[in-house]
Amino acid sequence: MASKTKATPAAGGEVLTYNKGTFRNSALVRQQTLAAYLFLLPALFFFVLFVVVPMVMCLVTSFFDYRMGKPLTFVGLNQYIKMFQDPTFLKALVNTFILVIVAVPTVTAFSLWVSSVVYKFSAFKRSFFRCIFYLPVVTGTVAVAVVWKWMFNKYTGLINYVLSATGVIDQNISWLGDARFALGCIILILFTTSIGQPIVLYIAALGNVDPSLIDAAEVDGANNFQVFWHIKWPQIMPTTLYILVITTINTFQCYALIQLLTSGGPNHATDTIMYYIYYQAFKLNDYGYGDAMGVILAIIIAVLSAIQFKVAGSGSGD
Amino acid sequence: METTVQSKKLTPGKVIVDIILFLLAIFFIFPLYWIVTGSFKDRVAVNANPPVWFPTQPTLDNYQRLFDNPALLWLGNTVLMAVAAMALTCITAAMAGYVLAKKRFPGRALIFSIMICAMALPKQVILIPLLKEMSFLGLHDTLWAVILPTVGWPFGIFLMKQFSETIPGEMIEAARIDGAGEVRTFVSVVLPMVTPGIGALAIFTFINSWNDYFLQLIMLNSTKSLTISLGIAKIQAEMSNDYGLIMAGAALAAIPIIAVFLAFQKYFTQGIAMGAVKG
Repeated sequence: MASKTKATPAAGGEVLTYNKGTFRNSALVRQQTLAAYLFLLPALFFFVLFVVVPMVMCLVTSFFDYRMGKPLTFVGLNQYIKMFQDPTFLKALVNTFILVIVAVPTVTAFSLWVSSVVYKFSAFKRSFFRCIFYLPVVTGTVAVAVVWKWMFNKYTGLINYVLSATGVIDQNISWLGDARFALGCIILILFTTSIGQPIVLYIAALGNVDPSLIDAAEVDGANNFQVFWHIKWPQIMPTTLYILVITTINTFQCYALIQLLTSGGPNHATDTIMYYIYYQAFKLNDYGYGDAMGVILAIIIAVLSAIQFKVAGSGSGD
Repeated sequence: METTVQSKKLTPGKVIVDIILFLLAIFFIFPLYWIVTGSFKDRVAVNANPPVWFPTQPTLDNYQRLFDNPALLWLGNTVLMAVAAMALTCITAAMAGYVLAKKRFPGRALIFSIMICAMALPKQVILIPLLKEMSFLGLHDTLWAVILPTVGWPFGIFLMKQFSETIPGEMIEAARIDGAGEVRTFVSVVLPMVTPGIGALAIFTFINSWNDYFLQLIMLNSTKSLTISLGIAKIQAEMSNDYGLIMAGAALAAIPIIAVFLAFQKYFTQGIAMGAVKG
């Protein structure tokens, strides 16, 4: 009988492994752990070398005076103190907060509105609109930036033409060169490149809301708003939270549009933290100061994400 | 009951919503339309006031001048970079995502937590030390300097972990009982089940890598190693008022990636949605 079990492992195999498992538990665990780490090794290699190491280096060099062609000297918290006495940094901080405060709620609310209309459409129409709103993301920052730069041009731009032809303005405006308008123009373009992903996420999330719940509420006489507020909104809360967090992170990192459209000008009117970090590090070669600002940016984002999780968590808990 | 009937009727509110949506669609397509039509306009038409809404006498002059620059080389660099980043990300992420989802081993929770924390940080702030690191490794101004950090970003691992969690544990157990080793279990059981996830990750990585202007800007600077995005930014910086030429460049950068997106958009939208399931 015993020899037969060995010959046909399919029949008694499970029992066999169970018995051996208790005896050779540690050996099995060791073997499993080794296999797991071998599978993880390639990913860990890239992750540690090109994400973790630079993150640690960023933190470390933020405490050093680290410039091109100068010896590395420890300066403690000096660069953190300098930052909050640097009017350009403070201006960039304010601009970045304006971007976030305007863009994040607008992007979230607008994409929710579009999605709640579009998700009821037929599959083809839904896919069509999803592609349209995702288009500026796929087109790429540079192509989007250069065409908007042309449209905002004072003399050959389409926007001045349309506005003056319709009588809204009586003389051409230098949209990106005027401190009163430049940041607003950046926000508009940022908006068009930011809503694609939230719309995809919201359409998927709304499609997953249990339809029987909606039917039940409608039978009970709930109107559209009540159905949305009491049934759909709580169910898409995790998606909303995710969208808030990623949009906040992305808006805080707004760099490419600024660099391509205004270079932070006119007179620092469109400087963002990310642009100023780049400017200090790669134009003025002050790496240590750039890293210190980077650490502060990371802390701000981490704190805001934590707040969003807390607020959204308590909102869905009641 | 009334609301159900009402929601199927064509109300004035619905018509207004449809019109707004239609206008928004035009607003979102328009920049692309302006790029493509602008690239076929001659110098007069580009600067005309009132603007030329559609080039009735299209010219290829802008494209001819675009190809006086090494635009095809830039396009080739971009494809090479995006394909390499995509392939390496998919392989490493599929392996790592599988073990993080399906195996229990010491250090698993710690590794995954570190990856999640890293993802919540702004990845652009590490560009300064990353540049120093690439110079140290002798990779600065090569495509590797752009590919390797893209592969290192843990979003792919996170996504593949989400997909791997849907594999029934019995299937892996069954393969093991049949005598399959770790590698064979992975290749013949796990991989076929996470193919949609790999498809989503592949297209996601390809598009992101193609469009990651900031990373490319920091890492690449000699004319021969530029990507198409950097090339257009360079042309724009040098000849800022030659909009016909700039639009031709923008079209060359945007059209291929839009075509790729449209061809694979089903996987793409599925993947983005999947990645957010658990936040």
